[in-house]
Amino acid sequence: MVSSNIECNNLSLWYEDSKALDDVSMNIKPNRVTALIGPSGCGKSTFLRCINRMNDEIAGVRTEGSIIFEGEDILSPKADVVELRRRVGMVFQRWNPFPKSIFDNIAYGPRTHGMKDKARLSEIVEDALKKAALWDEVKDRLRESAFSLSGGQQQRLCIARALAVEPDILLMDEPASALDPISTAKLEELITKLKQRYTVIIVTHNMQQAARISDFTAFFYMGKLIEFDTTNTIFTNPGEERTEAYITGRFG
Amino acid sequence: MLKKHTNSAYEAELDQLRDKILLMGGYVEEAIAQAMEALKDRDSEKAKRVISRDKLINTLELEIDELCVELLALRQPAGSDLRLIITGLKISTDLERMGDLVVNLCERVIELSREPLLKPLIDLPHMANLAMGMVREALDAYVKHDASAAKEVCERDDEVDNLDSQIVRELLTYMMEKPGSITRGLGLIMVTRYLERIADHATNISEMVIFLVKGKDVRHRGIGD
Repeated sequence: MVSSNIECNNLSLWYEDSKALDDVSMNIKPNRVTALIGPSGCGKSTFLRCINRMNDEIAGVRTEGSIIFEGEDILSPKADVVELRRRVGMVFQRWNPFPKSIFDNIAYGPRTHGMKDKARLSEIVEDALKKAALWDEVKDRLRESAFSLSGGQQQRLCIARALAVEPDILLMDEPASALDPISTAKLEELITKLKQRYTVIIVTHNMQQAARISDFTAFFYMGKLIEFDTTNTIFTNPGEERTEAYITGRFG
Repeated sequence: MLKKHTNSAYEAELDQLRDKILLMGGYVEEAIAQAMEALKDRDSEKAKRVISRDKLINTLELEIDELCVELLALRQPAGSDLRLIITGLKISTDLERMGDLVVNLCERVIELSREPLLKPLIDLPHMANLAMGMVREALDAYVKHDASAAKEVCERDDEVDNLDSQIVRELLTYMMEKPGSITRGLGLIMVTRYLERIADHATNISEMVIFLVKGKDVRHRGIGD
């Protein structure tokens, strides 16, 4: 269980001279699924990547404002980025397992963090695969290459890999956009289960998906947070005309 | 009003829904007017024609419901589009019930036309005009997304209710004085009650229009702000 909100205060971000996030403030609740929606280039993925400092890897990025998690500012230069990324796991649009066995993919994180006990590692792998709803499908083939799995299975493997280091927060950037409908349904089912233990923040272009799985929805447009409310409100009776235009398909 | 949809076929389907609701409302209004003329003229043939035209209203109900189901299944509507479709489903039911009430009214007209009119009709046509106005304006409010016009229609229902009790009282007096007038008096009381219920359905439509515009359900709790 996580207990802390993720509080973003007046967050702005520039890529060189272009402003990608403009004074975003929102309070993300623990153990809930928050969906970030908006047209391409609206800042939602940039925002997501702020939460585990992934934007640090991009040259010329500058931020203002703060993201407070458990009393500390994630964006502070003093923040321990390695520890932050253990606590804030990430799953990408295109699954990216390591060219290793299923077992070693999951064990990679704990091993990197110094775990050597083999029995304990096996437990961690089994536990992570169970949480990612993949265990039953792979338990007899843990030594096979991760690439032998289907796309949907590889994506759930990546989620299991993220879970193996016991994060508090899971960031997902379009995790289902390259999956078939059945794999998507399994992933969505998994996400609604994961929120019992984790805070989930998901970027999606699929608005029905956001409506199905999230508790809260944030609508971004041109770097600004236009509206943030319960998912039910956003999809039935949004307060802002730009939100209404977007969710009903009246943009552009 | 919002901009048009990026998907023009979707936009066209929503327009089609609005058009069909308006058409159905037009048929209902016309049916009420014709039925009242038939009552006044004791014209049972006209009443029968109105009854046979109820098929058109029923067919439109089916078409509207089918269109709404199709929109829900294929377009996954959200926000005001979702409310427009949900409201459309409800309005089609209210309009269809109004159509049935007009059929009942015409059945009474056929019975009443066998005898001379009990009294000159003054309040009943007035009541019918009020009810027709409520139907027309409720549907105008639907098409124009006008919540304050819808609220105004809801408020006018009281006037219809007052007329209803006034007419019933008056007819009761007639019937007490002349037992020979009881059959005709009862027929007219039923006509009054049909009109009162038609106005109630128009009120339902108006309440749904407020939901459509504001996303707030005002049924069973008063329409205040």
